[in-house]
Amino acid sequence: MTAGHAPDAGGHTPEPGGRAPAARGRRWQPFRSLSRAMSRGFVRDRAALFFSLLFPVMFLLLFGSIYKSSSTPKINVVEVGRVSVLDQARAASHQLDQVLTVTHTSSLATALNDVRQATKDAAVQQQGGTLTVHYSIANPVTAGVVNSVFSGIVQAANQAASAHAPAYQLTTEQVEDKSLKPIQYLTPGLLGWAIASGAAFGAAITLVSWRQNKLLRRLRLAPVSTNSVVTARIAVSVAIAILQTFIFLAIATLPFFGLKLTSYWWMAIPVVICGTLAFLSIGLLVGAVAKTQQAATAMANLIILPMAFLGGAFIPLTFAPQWIQQVSYVMPLRYLVVGMQNVMSRGDGPASALPAMGILLGFAAVLTLIAVRVFRWDEI
Amino acid sequence: MTPAISARDLRKSYGKLRAVDGVTFEVGYGEFFGILGPNGAGKTTTLEMVEGLREPDGGEVSVLGMRPWPRNPALLPRIGVQLQASSFFERLSAREQLRTFADLYRVPASRADEMLEVVGLASVAGTRTEKLSGGQAQRLSIACALVHRPDVVFLDEPTGALDPQGRRNLWDLLRGIAAQGHTVVLTTHHMDEAETLCQRVAIMDHGKILRTGTPATLIRGLAQPVRISVESGLLGQEDARALADGATVTDDGVSLTFTTTEPATVLARLADRDALAGLQVTGATLEDVFLNLTGREYRA
Repeated sequence: MTAGHAPDAGGHTPEPGGRAPAARGRRWQPFRSLSRAMSRGFVRDRAALFFSLLFPVMFLLLFGSIYKSSSTPKINVVEVGRVSVLDQARAASHQLDQVLTVTHTSSLATALNDVRQATKDAAVQQQGGTLTVHYSIANPVTAGVVNSVFSGIVQAANQAASAHAPAYQLTTEQVEDKSLKPIQYLTPGLLGWAIASGAAFGAAITLVSWRQNKLLRRLRLAPVSTNSVVTARIAVSVAIAILQTFIFLAIATLPFFGLKLTSYWWMAIPVVICGTLAFLSIGLLVGAVAKTQQAATAMANLIILPMAFLGGAFIPLTFAPQWIQQVSYVMPLRYLVVGMQNVMSRGDGPASALPAMGILLGFAAVLTLIAVRVFRWDEI
Repeated sequence: MTPAISARDLRKSYGKLRAVDGVTFEVGYGEFFGILGPNGAGKTTTLEMVEGLREPDGGEVSVLGMRPWPRNPALLPRIGVQLQASSFFERLSAREQLRTFADLYRVPASRADEMLEVVGLASVAGTRTEKLSGGQAQRLSIACALVHRPDVVFLDEPTGALDPQGRRNLWDLLRGIAAQGHTVVLTTHHMDEAETLCQRVAIMDHGKILRTGTPATLIRGLAQPVRISVESGLLGQEDARALADGATVTDDGVSLTFTTTEPATVLARLADRDALAGLQVTGATLEDVFLNLTGREYRA
């Protein structure tokens, strides 16, 4: 391709179709170079790297420790003198030691003081056939547990004393898979939030800063189709999202966090791609409306942050109040989180992610159409 | 031969403001054409309509025989533009920046590196564009506009924010570009810039072109008197008056100054008397033409 002067036109504008392979390769040249420029811009932006790759991992640490400590706490019991009923019950059933921590003292006054100060949950004393449990009503839940545990112990002791075989036996079974620990919901939730912010902020900030420094107009005067610009942005954002997914999963599956990926976890990747498209479209709309980078950041935050709470990212929907569960149905983040959760940590089949993917794609299509309508090349 | 650019009766309004109000001009192939005017005269809007960034409300424009509006993919590879802002991709080095633009125009990377030499940025090829000086950024911006060897180049206030050294430095570069046969259209509010670079200028204000011509013709058209000054004390007052009848003569103790419309006669007589020490001749400049046409009141 020569760039001659005035009269020899024609040669400059390649006609589509019937071209040599080299020329066909050149059709992708703008797309490739734009993607390269954008990914370099991302990799060299330390703040962006931190927020999209490290920040979510910090959240995983934080939330992981919060939810870990929320498992049922043990009851601290202090024995005053010898309490044979309790000792026999503990010897008979090891399960009791999962509920109770037992210490000993000889002074009733010290024990009662400990209960008042809430350093102990209960003080027990046995005088012949009478078991006395001292407890505080300051924490009603603990008080309830203390009462029911000890009445259970006394009943079991009475039954053993009567020398009859028990007529009924109770066994309990948790409905969830035994592996469904907090990390199993936290990972898809926080990963969903990370992908959502990455895609939305990336698109919004690029669009606004390119409009501000007039790069958009410059590109408009270059022989580059809008398609090349948009597909390059999509390709870079999807690549970033997949990178986020792999880094996040690699960290979450470390023994310290203990995430167990279920058999169809790879199905999370198409879900991630659909989610990226949905949140890119949000970013596109924000970028089309916002005039400055500050405004774009504020608007994107205003959308993503509440959604993280209401869409099941920060508060797993299973534990969330009823109204949040209702509201979550209109949050695109919900479908990204639940879609990933089904296939990566609940062990559902690959097809279980399809409805979520469909909803995310539909959302992306609608929002992109709106964004294109309000899009401006210029600041005026 | 048809001109490279022809604009006829271009109009553009923003609300009540007539930013461009009936502008007509032509630029020939290989010509260096300047659009000169104060801030807010309508230079940039005119340029934007010619480039195809804005749709004119009225009038017609053709560039290389093609209509620039709506966005014309056949025309784009043949024009190069440098916008007022430094329109760069974030966090790329000068070389990467230029290579990206080369790719966009499907030009080999070797051409980008060659262009980096031409604009004298080879030594800062690895520097991020955010770290370049104002002059370096402008040079890079111009290199991006030229990397695909366009037939027509549009430069919007290329020396806008530069210091005097930076401006002169850039002028050399721009003269070199013109020498290669590109058609160049430049907007500026610096008279000296237009005078030294442009073969022809259009003086614009309030959305209209007030005068078009070569800088020399425009200056001559003013018929402003020339100021000739020599060292004070070379001639007596009487002698000086006798030497130049019709001229105003002043002596402030430092310089003896003649203000005359017949500078040739005065200079010849001064030479006869060997009274040329410290000679300075000041003629009208494009600035005088400009101020004469647009008025002297200050506009922000």
